Amino acid sequence: MATDAAFLEVRNLQIGATVYPPDAKPHDIRIVEGVSFDLQKGRVLGLIGESGAGKSTIGLATLAYGRGGVQITGGEIFLHGEDILSAGKKSVRTTRGSKVCYVAQSAAAAFNPAHRLIDQVIEASLENKVASKSVLTQRAITLFESLGLPDPQHIGSRYPHQVSGGQLQRVMTAMALCSQPDLIVFDEPTTALDVTTQIDVLAAIRHAIQKTGVAALYISHDLAVVAQIADEMMVLRHGKVVEHGDSRQIIESPRQEYTQALVNVRAIDHPPSTTDAAPLLKVGNITASYPGSDVAVLRDVSVQIQPGQTLAVVGESGSGKSTLARVITGLLSPSEGVVTFDDRVLSKSLGGRSRDDLRELQMIYQMADVAMNPRQTVATIIGRPLSFYFGLRGKQKRQRIAQLLESIELGPEYADRYPAELSGGQKQRVCIARALAAKPRLIICDEVTSALDPLIADGILKLLLNLQQREQVAYLFVTHDIATVKAIADSIAVMYQGQVVRYGAKAEVLTPPFDDYTDLLLSSVPEMEVGWLDGAIAGRRMESAGH
Amino acid sequence: MSHLLKLLAQRVVLGFLLLLAVSALIFMGTEILPGDVAQSILGQSATPEALANLRRDLGLNEPALTRYFSWLGNLLQGDLGTALTNGADISSSIGKRLYNTVFLASVAAVLAVPLALVLGMLAVRYRNRWPDKLISGSTLAFISLPEFFIGYLLIYFVAVKLGWFPSVATVFESMSFAERLSAVALPATTLTLVVLAHMMRMTRAAILNVMQSAYIETAELKGLTGFKIIFRHAFPNAIAPIVNVVMLNLAYLIVGVVVVEVIFVYPGMGQYLVDHVAKRDVPVVQACGLVFAAFYIFLNMLADIIAIVSNPRLRHPK
Repeated sequence: MATDAAFLEVRNLQIGATVYPPDAKPHDIRIVEGVSFDLQKGRVLGLIGESGAGKSTIGLATLAYGRGGVQITGGEIFLHGEDILSAGKKSVRTTRGSKVCYVAQSAAAAFNPAHRLIDQVIEASLENKVASKSVLTQRAITLFESLGLPDPQHIGSRYPHQVSGGQLQRVMTAMALCSQPDLIVFDEPTTALDVTTQIDVLAAIRHAIQKTGVAALYISHDLAVVAQIADEMMVLRHGKVVEHGDSRQIIESPRQEYTQALVNVRAIDHPPSTTDAAPLLKVGNITASYPGSDVAVLRDVSVQIQPGQTLAVVGESGSGKSTLARVITGLLSPSEGVVTFDDRVLSKSLGGRSRDDLRELQMIYQMADVAMNPRQTVATIIGRPLSFYFGLRGKQKRQRIAQLLESIELGPEYADRYPAELSGGQKQRVCIARALAAKPRLIICDEVTSALDPLIADGILKLLLNLQQREQVAYLFVTHDIATVKAIADSIAVMYQGQVVRYGAKAEVLTPPFDDYTDLLLSSVPEMEVGWLDGAIAGRRMESAGH
Repeated sequence: MSHLLKLLAQRVVLGFLLLLAVSALIFMGTEILPGDVAQSILGQSATPEALANLRRDLGLNEPALTRYFSWLGNLLQGDLGTALTNGADISSSIGKRLYNTVFLASVAAVLAVPLALVLGMLAVRYRNRWPDKLISGSTLAFISLPEFFIGYLLIYFVAVKLGWFPSVATVFESMSFAERLSAVALPATTLTLVVLAHMMRMTRAAILNVMQSAYIETAELKGLTGFKIIFRHAFPNAIAPIVNVVMLNLAYLIVGVVVVEVIFVYPGMGQYLVDHVAKRDVPVVQACGLVFAAFYIFLNMLADIIAIVSNPRLRHPK
């Protein structure tokens, strides 16, 4: 039978790039080394790995495309027996337009803001003369409908900015399906979405794959997500294959150590502690809106944190959790309510706060990259609060910098490095050291692990927990990630549309009975288990039928 | 009223306010200038009585504010006053000159704008390869050369050696459209070469900037050809910066063509203005200044409006 034969064969793929470091000669690096796999029609292969593992690069190679200066230096990719890498430009264009399609991580950025959705959805098929415009438009509408988009007849006439992120991701899937390709490359299609949106998009994508029988490469760093959609998985690290097998085998009995680490990630156990100490920070009935707008982003928010404890503020994008952090730090003045720190009322605006107020309340950001001056060394970055708050200089300052580096588990040799010479996790560690340098009593952590790979993120969380024990510092942890919350929180505030909908000690908040929103939030987090999605969707249907 | 209409109305109102402010500035400027109009009309040998009489007749004894408002009032009725030197009606003499200037500017714009856009897109398509370098290098050379030099080069080679077009761009009312075109061919070419580089380089830079976007990768992964990607996907998102530079150059074509008009003896606004500045004919200078300012403001307002309308977020709000 022809159906059993692999239509996609990747043989010994080699991909490299030339890098131009500022202080060294340009040299070639290898991004992917000797990767081979086959894919049969209608099957979904999950490509798993951390950033830099080469998974997106492999996905794009099946479209004969190298991002930036990336070049495919060796190997073959056969699509229906024809090597697409040695094919001419024209045949590559046909492959891209009608045989292999790509769904990008951020559909919001991948759609052209200047054109209507429908024109972009059918563009590639029209260009390759797959069918007439009216046939393609009709096909697109059918796809919109089967992907669960609202008003499938008319949504195509909208512009990208007029629909939500989750909807755009579905439209992009429709765009990929429109030419009825053999293969679709999904590159982290749900990573940028909120968890409650992710589950719907995931279900829609899986439904579309099953219905059309298209084969797919599903790229993600999130093993739990891939487990819901892939038939088989390939774990990659540093451009090499670590393990390749059936999804169930990879999840339930991983053979390689690295895969085991990926499967067991987020197994941090942090028994919540309670204390009767007077609250360090009290946020009282805060209502706030952004200048020039009368829409309240925060409505009557009250939470508190005891010294040396962690409050996790969890919510989706737009829930107001980051705004709460801005109000506490004084970056945004609330219209009502007070922030009390250690029994003194903090000034609403940053300018009205004393140097001690500023010192005791530090902040760590999501993007460590942009939170540091790229032209300053690590020593300068960490040293700034030391001289600003404590007037340290010379030998004393150097000693303290070395101490701080030790506390973030980096050697003293890192003092003279520039941010560009650090990995993502190391950059975040330096940011932590900078916050610690001020000897704060509260650190606000705004999505500090969201941009990091799971294993690296785990390391950062462990470090934060150790530091908390040692320094008795309190954390306000702003995050959208339930796993992070479970790992580190003592108490939890769930935010939704600017309000705290559930607040209390960790055990209390995470134990039923739940309110509707917390229930939705908790039940949307993918679990490391094949078939979880079916159960979750079935559960939701029953619930909506029951209500 | 929709957000878009509000923004556009705002631009238009701002444009008129700006023009009003400019009219005041022009009036003030000519007030501050040294010299007495009556004296310059009657000459050094005028008797004090004759000077006083003329001042009274011209209304020069009135306070400046009164004169400004009466000037402004006449202006709004389309009356730019009469030239002091020859008593001619300024509105009608400017009218003919302005027509000539706008004609020359339009011919140059029709040549230069599409050429600049196409060359800019070609430079992006073949960036850092020889077509890009050739386009960038040659347009840069033309902008670096003074206008009179390009003008005389063209006169020497095209008019004198080849004899294709006249070297003197004389136009008169009985000329047909084709004859006019032939007459302005050389000055229009000179102007085109002068404004081309700026517009072309901005087109190249603005499109290159957009070429970094994720949606350009999407277009590439759809298998579109290089030109389609640039024209269909990059250009529509680069209109705002390009149109600003285009309009600045169009304004220059109307306001800054004095040198070219002199070289080709073309009867346009520039020559008219220069002649009357030399003669201290204040009402003419004021009128010319105001007309130039109006064009400048109008074209920049148009640039703003096109930039606003080209933004799909404003055209199609959520």
